[in-house]
Amino acid sequence: MPGQFEAIPGGGAAVALDEVEISIIRSLAVQLLELIGPGDEPVGDDGDPFAELFAEGPSEPPADPVLKRLLPDAYGGPGSRPGDEDELRAYSAEFRRFTENDLRARKRDDALAVIRSLDALTVAGEGGAVLKLSPEESRRWLGALNDLRLAIGARLDVTDEEDTDLLYRLPDSDPRKPMVMAYLWLGGLQETLVETLMT
Amino acid sequence: MGQVSSAAPVEITRPDAEEETFAVPEPDVPWITLVHNDPVNLMSYVTYVFQSYFGYSKEKATKLMMDVHHKGRAVVSTGSREEMERDVQAMHGYGLWATLQQDRK
Repeated sequence: MPGQFEAIPGGGAAVALDEVEISIIRSLAVQLLELIGPGDEPVGDDGDPFAELFAEGPSEPPADPVLKRLLPDAYGGPGSRPGDEDELRAYSAEFRRFTENDLRARKRDDALAVIRSLDALTVAGEGGAVLKLSPEESRRWLGALNDLRLAIGARLDVTDEEDTDLLYRLPDSDPRKPMVMAYLWLGGLQETLVETLMT
Repeated sequence: MGQVSSAAPVEITRPDAEEETFAVPEPDVPWITLVHNDPVNLMSYVTYVFQSYFGYSKEKATKLMMDVHHKGRAVVSTGSREEMERDVQAMHGYGLWATLQQDRK
């Protein structure tokens, strides 16, 4: 069925995608890659592999709301005790320094896996193609689809359940409509892909 | 319960009790990993993450997911600060909004 992943007997998942759908997912994944940042580049100019291994990440949270959602603070948030803000900010900064590079790398790898599997498809005219994922690729796709939805959700300013309800009722004339359609469609893809992994 | 304000255990210089430097951290001050509600993450996906990362049963994972959804957050794991930092890092990898804190009752 179009727009829905189905389990492949023996493991993995498959979905039929047309040309437009392939180009939408690919373009969103490329945008996500650009947002997350460059790949692993040598840190020092002497090519010391250990320099990269011990490179520290940033300590400040990103200013961009999408990146902030993809790379959240580890300390603080709702339910934390008031009055501890300075301490929590310091803990979050420390945590970020040691983990953010890895987190970015994982998100980049997932997005790259999506792009690679789409580029490997042979599109047969208007019929599109059937994308087949191994269980490992399915997990990467799942992560990337979730990151894409988080990114679009942050851009659309989805912060509570009511916002989601409102999105369903946007008039066609609303400039956010195409983004909302993509968001909901990716949700369907993710939902059906999760199901194939839970059976 | 004393306040723990840094990652390292507070070491008081007591030359006659050096072996205590390597003592196991007090078991009665655990840390917790909290997962917060998020309207973007699908309920099925959150359940999947709890099952596949923590190895929880479908029932337990579903209950935790419902707690996140209805109560705004749920404690998904308990342990040392280092263990909870690992869990939070993993949750962020999955795209879930998680934080850790000391379990102050």
